[in-house]
Amino acid sequence: MSAPGKSMRDPLAQARGLGSAKDGVHHWWMQRLTAIALALLSPWFVWLLVSLLGADQSDVRAAIANPRCALPLLAFVLALFWHAKLGLQVVIEDYVHTRWMEIALQVAVTFACALGALASVFAIMRIVFTV
Amino acid sequence: MRINWFQLETSMATPERPLSPHLQVYRWQITMTLSILHRATGVVLAIGAFGVAWWLLAVSASNARYAQFADLAASLPGKIVLAGFSYCLMYHLLNGLRHLLWDSGRGFETKQYYATGWAVVVLSFVLTAGIWLFALNSGVAA
Repeated sequence: MSAPGKSMRDPLAQARGLGSAKDGVHHWWMQRLTAIALALLSPWFVWLLVSLLGADQSDVRAAIANPRCALPLLAFVLALFWHAKLGLQVVIEDYVHTRWMEIALQVAVTFACALGALASVFAIMRIVFTV
Repeated sequence: MRINWFQLETSMATPERPLSPHLQVYRWQITMTLSILHRATGVVLAIGAFGVAWWLLAVSASNARYAQFADLAASLPGKIVLAGFSYCLMYHLLNGLRHLLWDSGRGFETKQYYATGWAVVVLSFVLTAGIWLFALNSGVAA
């Protein structure tokens, strides 16, 4: 709390505790960080998919089980679902103006992206740690 | 002359003016199309992310489950969907680099907007075609 008379904010807004949650910069920064990660990892991921064309399950498993593949793949899926969540969040904020629908969609997108990331990590772990 | 402020205000408030910028009054420019395409391809790719999760789960599950997934991906509808995802990825990736360039404070001249924009359009098609030519010619693609 700032000293009385020094704040630039309206006293009523201060009393209500509304206003900027101060996480806009964090959102912007994380979107860029995940973008840079994906700019580096997605060309590699495309190469991985193309190189595994026609391979059967045991070949694909063996390729992914290699730490040189499993680690960048983990980084890729985490950055991917995080970036997707941040992007979809902004699209919903911009276009959905019915409040309950906006909140419902934000909750659904957050849960779906978390589930997608967890399922991907689970699958990679299963590939790496089981024979 | 004495102005009747009340009358002036009410007469000014009466006409129904446009409330916000209307897209249809603007001349088409490539920049506006590229901008909305960045969002559209981003939404498509967010759906594609679940395809990646599906692929990983299929690999981790069993030989039969993976074969099922691979057959579906190699079918004609599967190839069409994958072609769509690959184009969206190339577009979003290239235009994303354009966004990162702007974030660094560069590329804001009108000429640069157009040059980088057209470069994204051309390269996105070239890269997608390159990936598919390579994939289909590698022989193993069923």
